[in-house]
Amino acid sequence: MGKLYDRLNQDIRFIEGLNGCLNCGVCTAICPAAEFYHYDPRVICATVQSKDEKLIEALIRSETIWYCGECMSCKTRCPRNNTPGFVIMALRKLSQELGYFTDSEKGRQQFAIKRAIGGNILRTGYCVNPDIVSPRMHPEQGPVWDWISMNTPEIMKKMGSNYKQAGVGGMRAIAPEVLEELDRIFEVTGCYTLFDTIEKHSKHKANELGIEISDEGIGNEYFMTVYTENNGSHNG
Amino acid sequence: METEGKKRVWEEYQKEIADDHYFYVRSCIRQTFFPGSETTFLKILQNDLKKDVFEDARHTTCTGIGYHTDIVPLETTMTVIARHFALMTEAGYVNIIPSCVTSFGLYTEVLDTWRHFPEIEAKIREYLWKATKREFKVPENLVHTSDIIYKFRNRIKDLSKVSLINKKTGLPLNVVEHIGCHYSKMFPQSGVGGAEFPAVLTGMIEAWGGTVIDYPERRHCCGFGFRQYLVKANRGYSVSNSKKKFESMQPYQPDFMVANCPGCSMFLDRWQYTIAEMEGITYDSNGTGIPVLTYEEMAGLVMGYSPWDIGLQMHQVSVEPLLDKLGIEYKKEDKYLGSNGQNIGEPQKPMFLIV
Repeated sequence: MGKLYDRLNQDIRFIEGLNGCLNCGVCTAICPAAEFYHYDPRVICATVQSKDEKLIEALIRSETIWYCGECMSCKTRCPRNNTPGFVIMALRKLSQELGYFTDSEKGRQQFAIKRAIGGNILRTGYCVNPDIVSPRMHPEQGPVWDWISMNTPEIMKKMGSNYKQAGVGGMRAIAPEVLEELDRIFEVTGCYTLFDTIEKHSKHKANELGIEISDEGIGNEYFMTVYTENNGSHNG
Repeated sequence: METEGKKRVWEEYQKEIADDHYFYVRSCIRQTFFPGSETTFLKILQNDLKKDVFEDARHTTCTGIGYHTDIVPLETTMTVIARHFALMTEAGYVNIIPSCVTSFGLYTEVLDTWRHFPEIEAKIREYLWKATKREFKVPENLVHTSDIIYKFRNRIKDLSKVSLINKKTGLPLNVVEHIGCHYSKMFPQSGVGGAEFPAVLTGMIEAWGGTVIDYPERRHCCGFGFRQYLVKANRGYSVSNSKKKFESMQPYQPDFMVANCPGCSMFLDRWQYTIAEMEGITYDSNGTGIPVLTYEEMAGLVMGYSPWDIGLQMHQVSVEPLLDKLGIEYKKEDKYLGSNGQNIGEPQKPMFLIV
């Protein structure tokens, strides 16, 4: 394993995202995450810029890097054209590659996202579709969404969609040969390597915590734990 | 002289928007929550404006939500987008128009990265060839679909049946416009008006008779935050950011909100319901909430399309108060009917939010 800073410096987003931070804090002033969480993108940039390996390791094992919402408002405002949001993306990638993400409650959520969104992309060709927005998991969607969920094919038809059918149109079925192309892209470009890494470290953590975890899908105790657990220490 | 100077400065905030012949790529979130919006966009472009818009059934997600939740590597996302460029090239098109603001931001990021680092583009071309045996040309024109409606806003006004004017008072409606962060915050030169003066929605609203509200948190994020909404434990972040916006816009008494991002439109609608049920408050004076439209829905209403054909029944915050102000006739009893007019039941009523 190379030095953490050197590994970050191989990520194009890190190279583009940190040109030299003067620590003015404008990013923190504009940041929605800084307002809600114990989060300060100015400090993130200062820590990384220090090239202190111990501090960087502590950072990528921490809750902190998972607080950013990647809205990229910081990009617009930085007087030095830095993008702390891009720095965060590089830190998160490294945290996952090294398995450090399971050290934090927010980091462990990567398992739920991988299973839900990653699985859906490969299964359907969409990041999000009506089937994965279940009213049980999404009470905030309200009674209109309940009604839509109970009548999805009919409502999609009325809206001019081509729901789960072949051909063009909204929410059409993505053909198997297209999903095979996606599958090969994920293989060739290293996405499956990242998926496997998330799975391996999550299973290790689940076993360590004595929580049941399955080989696939979202119907397991570890998924529900990382999806819902909030120890209340992240803000307030 | 002063006017000339202003014109010159403003030119820096303009962008080239192709006039015709578009390769259309859909949005996962838009297709899921407000599918009538994409249908309406295509009807306006193809039927009313007689434009050539092509869709290839083989296009997929751009993986944007996976990328911005950090489970999909940049190289993967770039290659999936390169595959879309290949489908565009194979179809003989050079202008690509994503329906999603996250996609638009990513396509812009990909092209910008390739301009600065040609070796990355070369690597992605290798990946795509290895995985799919496809090749591509980069698009000559990349714009978001809201840019297209903006471009033709005056043509739409010429064809319009409805203005954004209160029929009873004769006064312009007060409109909150919300631009998705990834439209121009990352690459200001990619948006009409840049990040400082986004004009894409303002241009539509003003062309169609409305007045734009300038309020303190106008440019604040809706709070999607990708992982901050998708994971149930994090949703406090998401709703808090929308709440901050609602509180900031409330004193200006908006008649409605409009957004150009599929996620933002949905969140600004759903979080009003959530806050109403959790805290017993709404941000209007009648307890019905502030209606939220997509820009396609706003254009559809202006064009005289039926509210229930374009999908306004899929919103949690009722749109009827807005339709009444606009003087649009509708049948309340038809709102929740199926495609053949059949009864498919109705949503239950919320506890607090009046519908």
